[in-house]
Amino acid sequence: MLTFLNTLGEWFLSVLNRLGHVFLFLLRSLYTAVRPPFKFRIFLRQVRFFGNKSLLVVLMTGAFTGMVLALQIYYTLRKFGSEALLGPAVALTIIRELGPVLSALMVTGRAGSALTAEIGIMKISEQIDALESMALNPLRYLIVPNIVAAVLVFPLLTAIFDLVGIYSGYLVGVQLLGLSPGTYFSQMDTIVDMQDVNIGLYKSLSFGVIVSWISCYKGYHAGYGAEGVSRATTSAVVTSSVLILVWDYFLGSILL
Amino acid sequence: MIEIRGLKKSFKDQVVLDGLDLEIGSGEVVAIIGKSGGGKSVLLKHLIGLLKPDAGTILINGVDITSVDVHELRKVRQQFGVVFQGSALFDSLTVFGNVAFPLRERKKLPKEAIRENVLEALEDVGLRGMGNKYPAEISGGMKKRVALARALIAEPSIVLFDEPTTGLDPLILNSIHRLITHTHRKYRFTGIIISHEIPEIFDVADKVAMLYNGAIIQYGTPEEIKNTENPFVRQFITGSSEGPIETL
Repeated sequence: MLTFLNTLGEWFLSVLNRLGHVFLFLLRSLYTAVRPPFKFRIFLRQVRFFGNKSLLVVLMTGAFTGMVLALQIYYTLRKFGSEALLGPAVALTIIRELGPVLSALMVTGRAGSALTAEIGIMKISEQIDALESMALNPLRYLIVPNIVAAVLVFPLLTAIFDLVGIYSGYLVGVQLLGLSPGTYFSQMDTIVDMQDVNIGLYKSLSFGVIVSWISCYKGYHAGYGAEGVSRATTSAVVTSSVLILVWDYFLGSILL
Repeated sequence: MIEIRGLKKSFKDQVVLDGLDLEIGSGEVVAIIGKSGGGKSVLLKHLIGLLKPDAGTILINGVDITSVDVHELRKVRQQFGVVFQGSALFDSLTVFGNVAFPLRERKKLPKEAIRENVLEALEDVGLRGMGNKYPAEISGGMKKRVALARALIAEPSIVLFDEPTTGLDPLILNSIHRLITHTHRKYRFTGIIISHEIPEIFDVADKVAMLYNGAIIQYGTPEEIKNTENPFVRQFITGSSEGPIETL
């Protein structure tokens, strides 16, 4: 019994230790971010990195999410004779929930994994040690520009997802299922308010921090060799995705 | 002046450095030789504060880097230039960008001055006209030379070389050794070279230290090392399979 408790205690302490390490990494990065100089050129490159890598996949996901939502919600609403509410139902679901979550998951798979691999390769090829040896702070060059870029790019990608999703829902609802165009948008205008848009914005901002933080952390602490980088990349995608869903629930509960 | 006293480092149960003592005078070039996996690179990483020892002190020009905070450590690191084992060039930068990096980020020199310095450094290492190439487009020997140029561009007073010639053919090996000697004459830095190139390294170093079982077992001039009576050092420099050092 004592051995079991001992093992359990050791496990718990090691989990706490690792969590502390992960949070300290974020705090050190944020501390570095507020102290000059800010690496503006690297930041711009990373904005391009996140945006360029993820735009197409976000467009595709947004389009098909809007279409399938319109299709499914239409058949549900028809059972209650409320087809006129299709526009706001699609818009609310996308703006408050699916836009931020799905675009964050897509960016995680596309850019987050690439970011972990890139930083991981820099780690195993001693490029991070080289920065340290030049008396420079690697967080300033590798981590801070990514976190700031993600905080800027995630809401923009989410906005694009929302727009494409709502218009794709319009195509299915109006062109395919025969709903009137006026009904789709006028009801949306009445029911969706700024608070809904803000909730989506807060979510996407926080997802930007989560994805860039976890992706950078995993790359920065990648193990040795190709296997170490491969493990770090998988772990970054899985951890970021799970955290996005968990944080989405808690943030949704608070902001509801 | 570098003074290492009682340096100890273990990774889990494996003791790598076991009370190592070493003193290196200003302007000296010291080669550290020893078995692969014997802790030479670990020692080098301690010298620049990339690893923290379990015990012992490392004085760099009077400052004990094992007990300073990160800001003080960065000040000490400004005296260093490092040539890493795998060159550690930044993939996303050109050869010019890599060599210019320490000047741009640390010295904040005007653009024209940086350009002049970088072109001169590339000339010194025989890479004139290669500035626009990326690290992926050049050979291993060229990468080592770029790394050497990058390490020396900010005129450091201490330069660490982690196996600067490993994996290179004898011609390039000798050219890198000549470069180290030439740049040492020019900049008068204190150099520490980890090397397996015996006997070639004896022509480059002022002193040679043999690391074995986590400690320096002999430290002296190349001549003293060549004529040693120490059976461990003797076996190592002759590459004999007979002797006190276990071989495969």
